[in-house]
Amino acid sequence: MRHAGIDIGSRTIELVVVNDGDILSTRQTDTGFDPMAQAGELLNGMDFDRIMATGYGRNLFEIAFDAPTVTEIKAYGMGVSALIPGARTILDIGGQDSKAIALNDMGAVKKFEMNDRCAAGTGKFLEIMAKTLGFELAEFGSEALKAQDDLHINSMCTVFAESEVTSLVAKGEDRRAIALGLHQSVVRRAVGMIKRVSSEGPIVFAGGVAKNPCMRRLLEEALKQEVLIPEDPQMVGALGAALLSSRMKT
Amino acid sequence: MKVEKPIPVMNKLQLISDENLGDIERAKGEGRKVIGFYCLYSPTEIAVAADAIPVSLCGTKNDPIETAEETLPRNLCPLIKSSFGFAVLETCPYFVFSDCIIGDTTCDGKKKMFELLNRYKTTHVLQLPQNQDDAGALPFWREELERFKKLMEAETGVTIDHHRLRKAISLQNRERAARKALMDVNREKPAPITGSQMLEVLSKVAFLADKEKSIALMEEMVCEAKEHAFRPRDSKSNSRKRILLTGVPVGIGSDKVVRIVEEAGADVVAFENCSGYKKTFQVDEDADPLDALASQYLQTPCSVMSPNGGRFDLLEEMVRGFGVEGVIDLTWQACHTYNVEAFQVNEFMEEEFGFPTLHLETDYAQSDTEQLRVRIEAYLEML
Repeated sequence: MRHAGIDIGSRTIELVVVNDGDILSTRQTDTGFDPMAQAGELLNGMDFDRIMATGYGRNLFEIAFDAPTVTEIKAYGMGVSALIPGARTILDIGGQDSKAIALNDMGAVKKFEMNDRCAAGTGKFLEIMAKTLGFELAEFGSEALKAQDDLHINSMCTVFAESEVTSLVAKGEDRRAIALGLHQSVVRRAVGMIKRVSSEGPIVFAGGVAKNPCMRRLLEEALKQEVLIPEDPQMVGALGAALLSSRMKT
Repeated sequence: MKVEKPIPVMNKLQLISDENLGDIERAKGEGRKVIGFYCLYSPTEIAVAADAIPVSLCGTKNDPIETAEETLPRNLCPLIKSSFGFAVLETCPYFVFSDCIIGDTTCDGKKKMFELLNRYKTTHVLQLPQNQDDAGALPFWREELERFKKLMEAETGVTIDHHRLRKAISLQNRERAARKALMDVNREKPAPITGSQMLEVLSKVAFLADKEKSIALMEEMVCEAKEHAFRPRDSKSNSRKRILLTGVPVGIGSDKVVRIVEEAGADVVAFENCSGYKKTFQVDEDADPLDALASQYLQTPCSVMSPNGGRFDLLEEMVRGFGVEGVIDLTWQACHTYNVEAFQVNEFMEEEFGFPTLHLETDYAQSDTEQLRVRIEAYLEML
């Protein structure tokens, strides 16, 4: 039986189809302003028997497509455990939220923490800061790694950080150093969250921000251990939902 | 949408609530004084002993907060802002009826708010010690209650003697016993009363001026609940997770967490807070009445006390007694004492019961409903 998982996040939607634990196909699109239309388009032409939804749009999807749902916490736990067996701690930084999850030795969620209700320290924060400094989002991390110095950025709020960045630029500071300081501030916050749940390894970093090489390097430095990143870190939630669907009793 | 069948005893509660303002108005007409109370630490018995009517004041709705923020800082506990806003806007009839207000120094935010509230209506603030066991704490608190007694005597012209105090204690003990019996109904599995029904009953009963009416009503509710009048028996309700809500008080308008828990398919079976189970103690009826009031009220296990060991004893008893499977620890935004104590509560639950709490910090607004929902659903999935 083919099981699909769909992860409707604030920035992107991912779809994964599995059969007997093997990934058959993956797809991704932007969430946009009409997530259900985008989800419908993503499903178009896909072949599966059952589907489970996760992510912030899961309840909308449940109504529109009459599908069961699971929270992204449980979906990430499942997805990470399948990709990296034995993982004990997960950091997921997505478009608009971030979470740290501790898993027990069976791969089940033991404890979790989520960020506050604003987008401080998430993908959206990095996206806006990249734009303020004139970097492409895809190159933001690698450019930050080229910095000679590290500047300390105090503000975590997107609005305040933007003014802080503007004044640093006005002082003639190197934009790469500012970029590195911004990454440091996100990492400090993430490490605090991880330490509240557990920092037992192996630690897995997932979600869109895991694609940023600077984030990984700084996390490893702060946690003093290797941080593992799945091959496609944005697909973890959708994969987890697909696998949970296949485990569901009918 | 599912149409809920009307529950006769809840209709009766509504009816009595509707009569309540009339009852108070009539009593005022007969010359009785009305005393407004904010916090569980202030013994209402002292007002009752002076033949005055103690009333709870409003503070659980979001509506008046915008007005309150014209005076108070935004980054303040919503309970304080709501209470102040209700008073300023005169939208709380109980505040309007009150001849004076009794507050106490439960927290920094409240005590500074009371200074401003005094501009709208005479507000007497009782100085509450921050510790329950130091040698000086109880004598100091007893002195405050002595002062409170004199204030009530001056306000009403009634001399409060031992006999009057004993009678008031006995009445309030009966009321607290009725509240406890009502909440204890939910020790049964599945819980005969839903969390939102319980919250509605406890909130409305707290406003009732006629204690005999509220005692009789709660006693009737206990019988009705045992006959499954509140929610029909169904096979599924046994699989609903049993949640205990701890932390800050909740009421009508500040009940979003209870609602989300229920929407996610679980039951809030117990409330370990001052709107719930903390208000079920018994005051010694044989000892010197003012001694007895001082020592019992000071034992209230609120996070303003340092240390606050009583809260952990109460939690332990309730988690076992109510067959609790998960604990949600609620903190109103900017309530430092509950926010800090959340760490110890989680540690205690993990050590004693092997599961963590879900700690939520929020306010009365609805803007974070979905963020709360994902946390609550994930917590329930985890249990």
